[in-house]
Amino acid sequence: MNLSVNIAGVTLKNPVITASGTFGSGEEYAEYQDLNGLGAVTTKGVSLTPWMGNKTPRVTEVYGGMLNAIGLQNPGIDTFITRDLPFLSQYDTRVIVNVCGKTTEEYLAVVERLSDTAADLLEINVSCPNVKEGAIAFGQNRDALFAITKEIKKKARQPIIMKLSPNVTNIAEMAKACEAAGADAISLINTITAMKIDIYKRSFVLANKTGGLSGPAIKPVAVRMVYECAQAVKLPIIGMGGIATAEDALEFIMAGASAVAVGMIHFHDPNRATQIVQDLIQYMNTYHVEDINELTGCVR
Amino acid sequence: MKHKETAVIIKQEALSDGIFSLWLETEAATLAKPGQFLSLYPKNAARLLPRPISICETDKINGKSAIRLVYRVVGGGTAEFSTFKPGETIDFLGPLGNGFPENARRALLIGGGIGIPPMLMLAKSRAAREQSSREDTLIVTGYRDNNTFLLSELSRYGTVYGAAEQLCADLFTDRALRNELLFIPIRSARQTESFPLDGASDREKTGAVPFTEGTVLDAIKAFELSADVIYACGPKPMLKAVKDFALEKGIPAWLSLEERMACGVGVCLGCVCETAEPDPHSLVTNKRVCREGPVFAAEEVIL
Ligand SMILES: Cc1cc2nc3c(=O)[nH]c(=O)nc-3n(C[C@H](O)[C@H](O)[C@H](O)COP(=O)(O)OP(=O)(O)OC[C@H]3O[C@@H](n4cnc5c(N)ncnc54)[C@H](O)[C@@H]3O)c2cc1C
Ligand SMILES: Cc1cc2nc3c(=O)[nH]c(=O)nc-3n(C[C@H](O)[C@H](O)[C@H](O)COP(=O)(O)O)c2cc1C
Ligand code: FES
Repeated sequence: MNLSVNIAGVTLKNPVITASGTFGSGEEYAEYQDLNGLGAVTTKGVSLTPWMGNKTPRVTEVYGGMLNAIGLQNPGIDTFITRDLPFLSQYDTRVIVNVCGKTTEEYLAVVERLSDTAADLLEINVSCPNVKEGAIAFGQNRDALFAITKEIKKKARQPIIMKLSPNVTNIAEMAKACEAAGADAISLINTITAMKIDIYKRSFVLANKTGGLSGPAIKPVAVRMVYECAQAVKLPIIGMGGIATAEDALEFIMAGASAVAVGMIHFHDPNRATQIVQDLIQYMNTYHVEDINELTGCVR
Repeated sequence: MKHKETAVIIKQEALSDGIFSLWLETEAATLAKPGQFLSLYPKNAARLLPRPISICETDKINGKSAIRLVYRVVGGGTAEFSTFKPGETIDFLGPLGNGFPENARRALLIGGGIGIPPMLMLAKSRAAREQSSREDTLIVTGYRDNNTFLLSELSRYGTVYGAAEQLCADLFTDRALRNELLFIPIRSARQTESFPLDGASDREKTGAVPFTEGTVLDAIKAFELSADVIYACGPKPMLKAVKDFALEKGIPAWLSLEERMACGVGVCLGCVCETAEPDPHSLVTNKRVCREGPVFAAEEVIL
C-alpha cells in the first residue's frame, strides 16, 4: 500500500500535515503524538521580527468551530531558526515553514533567511485575516498575489506553497494567479472572516471585533473551494478547513487535494492528525486502495 | 505520551445556587499540584473546545485517586457538566499549568467567587506540611452575596474570613456551614468597631467565620490580616486590588489569572496576558496563561 505523496518534488510519507497556527512549532503536541508519524508539520507563521499579536480575548468557541484573532504572535525568524527549527529537525517528518509579513520586503527577507535551513517547503501566508497590514491584502487581489508570488519565487530556495484566503469572490482566479507566477503548490483554505457578539455585554466577543472561523463548521465551504481550484490549476493542492476525521480528509483528497492539513480539531483532540493517518490506512485496507494518489481528484 | 484522559464521575452535588462540586476518578490526581487546572471536554459535538477548571482538591475515594472540581454554571458547557451523573465519563486534559509555589510560613490565601476552589487544595496541601499550622494559613473568601460555598471545608485547613458584597446573615446558603459553624457577621468594614471580634481563641471555640460586607480587600483591612506571602485567584479587578495591596505592603504575591483558552497547552497563543518582561516563547511581552501560568508573580503581570 502506498501512502506517500509528492508536493513539488518533496516526498511526504503520508498526506497528513498539521495546519499552521494550530500546532505551534511542534513542541507542545510532541508530548501528545509522535511527530514521526506525520507527513509534515507546518509551523506557526514566522515574520522577520517578533510580533506582539492582538489584544485578548483572542479566541472564542462558536457552533462546530471557533474564531481566532491571534494576530500572528511569533518570536521572529532568528529565534525560529535557532530554537524551533532544530527541534522539528529531530523528527523524521517534513517541515513546512509558514511565512508572514507586512510588506513584500519582509516576506522576502524571511524567505531568504530560511534558504540554508532544514525547512523542506515554505508556505506563504497571504491570507491571515487578523492583521491590519500586509498578509491578506496580498491574498485578496489577483494582481498583488501574482506580483508577490513572482518575487518570492525568485528568492526562494525551497518550493513555495501559496496559502489562499477563502475571503474572495472567485478563489479559482487566485489559484490561477499563483500558477501563472510560478508557485509550486497552493494550500487552502485559511480561516473565514467572522464575528461573534456578546448579547449581554452588547459588544464584540473578540478584542479585534472580527476573527477567523475554523473547524468543522467551514468544511463544506473548504471542500467546494478545493474542488474549484483543482479544476482550474495543475498545481498540487494541500486541502484544509474543518478536517476532523479520515472521512473528512478523503473528501478533500477526492475533491483534488494531494495532501491535507489538520487544524483546530487538535484543540479538541491533541492526537488527531496521527489518528487520521491510522484511519486512512484502515480505509485503504477496507476499500482495497493500493495508492492514496489514485483518489486525488477522483471526483470530477 | 500524554493523551486526552477519561475520568469516571464519582459524585456530583450542588453546593449553592449554580455552583457544583464534581468528583472524578482519575490517576491524574496523583500528579496534581495546587493552582493547576484540568480542561474538560463537553460531550455536545458542536462544543469542541475544552473548559479550563481549577483543581479544587484531590483525595482517595474508595481507594481510588480522585480529583474534585467546583464550578459555576455560566454557559452551555458548564450547564452540560452539571447534568453528569455518577458512573458517566468525562474527557479532559491535565493537570495543566504551573501551580502555586509553596514555601512561606504564614500565608494569606485570597479567593474571589469561582476563584475560591483552588484555595482549598492549596490550604489542604499546606496543612499536610509539618511546619505550618492552621493559624499560619489565613483564608479570605469573597462572595457576591449569601450564596457561599466551601467555607466549612476551608475552615478545616486554615483560619477563614469572609466578604460578601451584599450580605444578609440569615440567608447563607452553604448548608454544611449552617450546621457546623456560627457566624459573626460584620455588617460593614466601616463598622468593625461596633462589632468587635474577640480574637482567634474565641473563634476557635465557636468555629465561626467572621464576615464583612464588601470586597476581600475590605475584609483584609477590617480584620488587619498580614502574612509572608499572598496567593490569590479571582476576577481581574480583585487581582488588581490584591496586587496593589501586596506591592504597597511589600508582601510577595502570586496571582492565578483567567483568560479565554482554545488549546489549553500552549499551542494557539489565544490565552496570553501582558507581562513586564519578554516572554520565553515569542520574545514579546505576552505569556501564555495556560502554560507559563495560570499563576504569576504579581510584579510580573500587567493587569
Ligand atoms: C485557568 C482557569 C481556571 C478556571 N477555573 C474555574 C473553576 O475552578 N471553576 C469555574 O467555575 N470556572 C473556572 N474557570 C472559568 C471557566 O473556564 C468558564 O466558566 C467556562 O469555560 C465556561 O464554559 P461554558 O461553556 O459554560 O460557557 P460559555 O460562555 O458558553 O463558553 C464559551 C467559550 O468561552 C470560554 N469561556 C467562557 N467563560 C470563560 C472564562 N471565564 N474563562 C475562560 N474561558 C471562558 C469557554 O471555555 C468556551 O470556550 C477557569 C478559567 C481558567 C482560565
Ligand atoms: C488559532 C489559529 C491560528 C492560526 N494561525 C495561522 C497562521 O499563523 N498562519 C496561517 O497560515 N494560518 C493560520 N491559521 C489557519 C489554519 O492554518 C487553517 O488554515 C484554518 O484554521 C482552517 O483549518 P481548520 O478548520 O482545520 O483549523 C490559524 C488557525 C487557528 C485556529
Ligand atoms: S490556550 Fe492555547 S496557548 Fe493557551
